[in-house]
Amino acid sequence: MIRLQRRAHASVWMGYLAPVVALFLTVFAGFVLFALLGIPVVDAFNAYFIDPIRDVYGLAELGVKAAPLIMIAATLSLGFRAGVWNIGAEGQLILGGICGGAVALAFYDVDTAFLLPLMCLAGVVGGMAWAAIPALLRTLFNANEILTSLMLTYVAALLLSFLVHGPMRDPDGFNFPESRLFHDAATLPSVLPGTRLHIGAPIAIFIALVAWLVLSRTLLGFALRVNGEAPKAARHAGFGQRSLIWFSLLFTGAVAGLAGLFEVAGPIGQLNPVISPGYGFTAIIVAFLGRLHPVGVIFAGLIMALSYLGGETAQITLNMPLAVTGVFQGMLLFFLLAADVLIHYRIVLGKEGARA
Amino acid sequence: MLTPGDCPRVSMRSITKAYPGVLANDNVDLDIRVGEIHALLGENGAGKSTLAKVLYGLLQPDAGELHWLGKRLTLSNPLQARKIGISMVFQHFSLFESLTVMENIALGVAAPANDTLRRRINEVSAHYGLLIDPDRDVFSLGVGERQRIEIVRCLLQEPKLLIMDEPTSVLTPQEVDDLFVTLKRLAREGVSILYISHKLDEIRQLCDAATVLRGGKKVATAIPRQESAASLAALMIGEDVQPATRLSDTVSGSPVFALNDLSVLGGSHQALSLQGLNLTVHAGEIVGIAGVAGNGQDELLSVIAGELRVYPESMIWLKGEMIAHWSAGQRRRYGLCSVPEERLGHAAVPTMTLSENTLLTGFHRQPLCAAGLVARTRCKQAAQRIIESFSVQCDGPASLATSLSGGNLQKFVVGREMLQSPDVLVVSQPTWGVDAGAAAAIHKALQNMVKAGAAVLIVSQDLDELMALSNRIGALCAGRLSSFYPTQDVNAQQVGQLMGGQSTLDGVA
Repeated sequence: MIRLQRRAHASVWMGYLAPVVALFLTVFAGFVLFALLGIPVVDAFNAYFIDPIRDVYGLAELGVKAAPLIMIAATLSLGFRAGVWNIGAEGQLILGGICGGAVALAFYDVDTAFLLPLMCLAGVVGGMAWAAIPALLRTLFNANEILTSLMLTYVAALLLSFLVHGPMRDPDGFNFPESRLFHDAATLPSVLPGTRLHIGAPIAIFIALVAWLVLSRTLLGFALRVNGEAPKAARHAGFGQRSLIWFSLLFTGAVAGLAGLFEVAGPIGQLNPVISPGYGFTAIIVAFLGRLHPVGVIFAGLIMALSYLGGETAQITLNMPLAVTGVFQGMLLFFLLAADVLIHYRIVLGKEGARA
Repeated sequence: MLTPGDCPRVSMRSITKAYPGVLANDNVDLDIRVGEIHALLGENGAGKSTLAKVLYGLLQPDAGELHWLGKRLTLSNPLQARKIGISMVFQHFSLFESLTVMENIALGVAAPANDTLRRRINEVSAHYGLLIDPDRDVFSLGVGERQRIEIVRCLLQEPKLLIMDEPTSVLTPQEVDDLFVTLKRLAREGVSILYISHKLDEIRQLCDAATVLRGGKKVATAIPRQESAASLAALMIGEDVQPATRLSDTVSGSPVFALNDLSVLGGSHQALSLQGLNLTVHAGEIVGIAGVAGNGQDELLSVIAGELRVYPESMIWLKGEMIAHWSAGQRRRYGLCSVPEERLGHAAVPTMTLSENTLLTGFHRQPLCAAGLVARTRCKQAAQRIIESFSVQCDGPASLATSLSGGNLQKFVVGREMLQSPDVLVVSQPTWGVDAGAAAAIHKALQNMVKAGAAVLIVSQDLDELMALSNRIGALCAGRLSSFYPTQDVNAQQVGQLMGGQSTLDGVA
């Protein structure tokens, strides 16, 4: 008989080990899945984990995919720690892309060094504005930010779709729903020649470190953690709940907006209907996989980025459907939540009542 | 020996139920006769709800027996309980807001929502004076009406024993009166009622017998009509508390803290509001507010601490300033510190270290932060100072708050506020759960603060402690404050009258 027995205290080391356990279980379950589909396990392993990062270009691609995940997840961690559940980073990312992209298109053919900073600013403002809506609704009407931020994501996606089908469509683009390709002055330069790795990668690391500093060393970070752990204690200590909600949402919104701008001004180079393969949602998994710790998020972001790359390679070399990426990500979150049980419970072999 | 006619409807024998770390019921006996309204009386956490849940089959006792009309009974779930005629109205209702009254009742009694049911609802509601309209949507109803739905739902099952868990905590006085009429009629018809409450006046008005629980143990049975509110309160709170050190009466100075007609409106779901509270506390005195928990203490503490800000700002004064609209931080910086009743989760964050919990309320008055950055060494030193000054048993400043025993955390929390040397300290239950030695230490520290010119306001259920420490004493009952009297002029009996809702004492100046 296997049963779960409650631990007297939450296990600290299990807190760190659970993501690793989850990762192993995901890989294992994935290979069982591949084996059932008749694909040799070795090929699948290579396609998923080795081939994508065999060369410098592959590693750079890993950075390209990991950057938005890490940026967003690091700031989401702050909010989640504070009990502010912003599920709509995807929408904030899209708005950042739209606003930044609009600046690029408005100043099409204007060659100035100020253009990129201006686009970044617009991206940040766009993301913040989108995040301000759930913040306002929450602080004013106590509307649940999980619902409002999530629903606004779909509004953002439809807004983007409308814009690229209409006002922002490339006049010479044969009616494809895409904007013009951004001018050189409006695209992010590569930081590693010959690859698509852009400034977003180092900025993502920087943001994660800043988030870690805020969380662990500042009074603001302390207030956020207290609010998440014991809201009544936060009120007693005089930490304003409203300002914590505003801060959490606006900070994530700003960074998600910047990440969106980096996408459109970096790897994509234009606005199209799908500027993100769900980075804003995947970042939620990354945040939890990284134990809501901004530094843990860096590792988790790299792993999730690999799942995107591995999914693409598997699609190309093994004719796997792209959905396999989603399956992997879903399984990872599933196993992570399951493995978290081990933080509070231990597995005991033997019958009930039997004591060692 | 019991003759058959005397045989109680239900009797619980030696019921014991333990939760991890706490013995909720310890060898409790309870007998309820046919047609009797039986009060189950006790403070919060005395084990009343646990006992009721055992009787309703929601919880299985670790030991003990149930007898129904003299026969042994085992209840493994509420379904069985309902089948033999035990119904329960919970403190928190379980109604679907979007459905009508009749649909909700249909779900509860597993009958189709048709005209037959409507007729039965109308019959029952007319017979017992429980006015409800079967076709109204639940979301449009007030709390009293919702409770009537729950009661009607129980009555449709023709119960023999009705358990009511703190039914009046959400009702207006008028609704309470209506409820009592219904309950008395039920009792006349032979239904036994177990009435759980800590409101003494209601119990004296309504109940035929009472069982008093304290700390999970049955401490007494009483006939409420023959007792005074004060004597019931004494049974609930217990008189075996250690005699605390008697204070020599100090000379009090100028007023430093005042409540000026403080009123807080309760929302529709809020149990209690505060009504027209007036109180002045002078430098160099300890003022005690007695009262049974649930009479507005939580609201009072949160309004004083600044967790709930109220207008007009003149309702609270601190050292000559109107502060009712100030934030919690502003009040602390200006010299008002407070300790709420709940230690874990309110006064302290369970999952954080003692260092961090020192920072929690300490940073307003102590240099624990610089330019927004936490000075971690200073937090640790401040925590260490609290641990040493109040001999808190723990593994040092890095131990988690949740790892401390209740009494030790209590010492830490009270010590944390005292060491900030506030001008006014408002503290709820300063020695709750601490041993006699530590209680004496906290009492001494409070007295030293007062000698040094601070003012202390204690809100407590522990009458003996209040009698020993306070220079002046009064009571909070149903959101109203009584008059305050010099402690040497009154005895515990008289304070008990104030706790029971009397606003002044006859013959005392």
